Amino acid sequence: MPQEYRLILKHADQAGYTPDMECYLRHGGYEALRKALATAPRELPDGKKQSSQEVIRDEVLKSGLRGRGGAGFSCGLKWSFVDRRSGKPIYLICNADESEPGTFKDRQILHKDPHQLIEGMIISCWANDVKLAYIYVRGEFPQAARIINQALKEARSKGFLGKNILGSGVDLEIHLHRGAGAYICGEETGLIESLEGKRPYPRIKPPYFPAVLGLYMCPTIVNNVETLCAVRHIVSMGAAEYAKLGTANNTGTRIISLSGDVQRPGYYEVEVGKATLGELIHHENFGRGLRPGRSIRAIIPGGSSSKVLKAGERFKLKRKGADGQMTTVEVDLLDLPYDFDSLQAAGTMSGSGAIIVLDDTRNPVDVLANVSEFYAHESCGQCTPCREGALWMSKALHRLTHGEGRKSDADYLLHIAQNIQGRTICAFGEAAAWPTLSFVKKFKAEFEARGAADEAGTGPTGSGKPPASH
Amino acid sequence: MSFSIPAPLEAELDELVTRYPQKRSASLMFLHTLQEHFGYVSPEAVEWTAAKLGLAPINVFELVTFYPMFRQEPLGRTHIKVCRTLSCSLAGAADLRKKFCEKLGLDPKAHVPQTTTDGNFTVEFVECLAACGSAPVVLVNDTLWEKVDGTGTDAILSEGKRSETRARSAGMAG
Ligand SMILES: Cc1cc2nc3c(=O)[nH]c(=O)nc-3n(C[C@H](O)[C@H](O)[C@H](O)COP(=O)(O)O)c2cc1C
Ligand code: SF4
Ligand code: FES
Repeated sequence: MPQEYRLILKHADQAGYTPDMECYLRHGGYEALRKALATAPRELPDGKKQSSQEVIRDEVLKSGLRGRGGAGFSCGLKWSFVDRRSGKPIYLICNADESEPGTFKDRQILHKDPHQLIEGMIISCWANDVKLAYIYVRGEFPQAARIINQALKEARSKGFLGKNILGSGVDLEIHLHRGAGAYICGEETGLIESLEGKRPYPRIKPPYFPAVLGLYMCPTIVNNVETLCAVRHIVSMGAAEYAKLGTANNTGTRIISLSGDVQRPGYYEVEVGKATLGELIHHENFGRGLRPGRSIRAIIPGGSSSKVLKAGERFKLKRKGADGQMTTVEVDLLDLPYDFDSLQAAGTMSGSGAIIVLDDTRNPVDVLANVSEFYAHESCGQCTPCREGALWMSKALHRLTHGEGRKSDADYLLHIAQNIQGRTICAFGEAAAWPTLSFVKKFKAEFEARGAADEAGTGPTGSGKPPASH
Repeated sequence: MSFSIPAPLEAELDELVTRYPQKRSASLMFLHTLQEHFGYVSPEAVEWTAAKLGLAPINVFELVTFYPMFRQEPLGRTHIKVCRTLSCSLAGAADLRKKFCEKLGLDPKAHVPQTTTDGNFTVEFVECLAACGSAPVVLVNDTLWEKVDGTGTDAILSEGKRSETRARSAGMAG
């Protein structure tokens, strides 16, 4: 039976669990940090020696942990790219911008268990020789900012932060930094610019890979809140135990944000890949299905930037049989295991772990109009294809939802989207293009019918049917 | 109104500067702190920040114009931010914003932030507030209201009115 597996959110919702230091310590808090600091250097079978820090970095790599912020990139590999020879300081930034529409998991950690994040950060900093780190919290989390500030103060007074932390001879400081309402600050190089006190214009890669030229042009690690919390558990359980959670290449747990047309929206921490998309939506332990009499029309599986999946779609997945042979199986979208690789095989992504369900009363034209307005508003404006394209798409969708559409708008939308992706400085370009490309391709008849009806004067003029964005 | 920074506030700002290897990094936190204190970011606040951080005023002003949370004029004391993004929209965000506007005598069709003539309330649409599981949501000043329905709307408005009254009588007493 698919069920929650609460590792990171183990205590967060327990009665009487509070975000202060004393409560965290009563629940075994900062034991993982002590364990990390006490890690002995070791010699590998091939005679290579590893320092204590290298041992921890190796553990994180072996755990298979993949970033929970969106791209699902190996955390250990990311850390291995850090330029440790430059002689410059290395910085670490916790990405707590949580701004991908549909996502509300980091919020739970920041508000309910801030010390878990701080412990994960201290371990990660120590393992990477970081002396100064920041938590970049989105501006719309004023209460989280207060809670984090308080938690940092407590950590300082207990000697977990500051000079010579826990007598280790190592100094470490972590500060809170607040964003101010711009989605693009979630993109790691935009975030870095913002932390430098500038407009959050993303930097071009190459050469500005944060691991080499990040904050103040120094090597920088940017990790999501949930990723850094996972580090704390990897240290406390050991990589091998952590890797037993989840499925091959998709280890550990993940907090899924479920919203839209389900009976029980909410956040659910599960072992990665142990529940299918269908189970997350329908099962008693999760979404509990749709409202009576409704059926699924489409699913946005990984935050609003991911490509939409249409009810009834089938996908080919490669599976390893008991005999070790790879076989190909065809599955319905509801039978896709909710993990990084399966969603990718289905032509989309699990992104930030945010599933938005759309039922059969929703018209894809209205939905895309809402989504595209977001991207038009949030483009930072540096690249012409993104700045203009996002706006043009939104305008075309606005007219399609206000009785002034044309049949040709469907192709027009595809044309614009195709000319954004791959032609921009940052991945926002793809994030803006993918919803349009997938919605219009998969629901072309609906888009054309809406435009044709408008041309014939029979369209639902400004139908006002939800979701209408204004 | 003349622009002056009380000493405790300046001390707070000075402490912020020490958090960063480069002063300029403190500019966003400065603007937040000044906006909290004055209610908005005035040209004087921009110039003061720039001088304090060794920047040209344009380097600070360009932040105020880029980041949606900063505002250049005072808004209502109760600031109602209705999330308009997908999950909230599916749960009726458009109607919700309309209801706020109608009850406050604002134009439901205008897309820009609007403030009541008595200066008590501002209503605007904002993008996803990362609380989509309890849609529709509204951020009222620093407080998140979840699953806001008709009752919630009324509660938000009456709480806003109560705090206006409190502020006014406190102002008169002082
Ligand atoms: C447009 C855009 C927005 C993003 N927003 C976020 C965000 O809000 N939070 C986040 O953790 N990562 C976000 N990311 C991903 C970050 O760039 C970065 O990959 C991530 O923080 C790395 O952390 P991880 O490896 O632990 O996942 C965004 C990326 C893009 C392109
Ligand atoms: S792709 Fe869009 S958001 Fe990214 S840098 Fe270019 S204009 Fe800015
Ligand atoms: S869509 Fe409204 S909080 Fe996310």
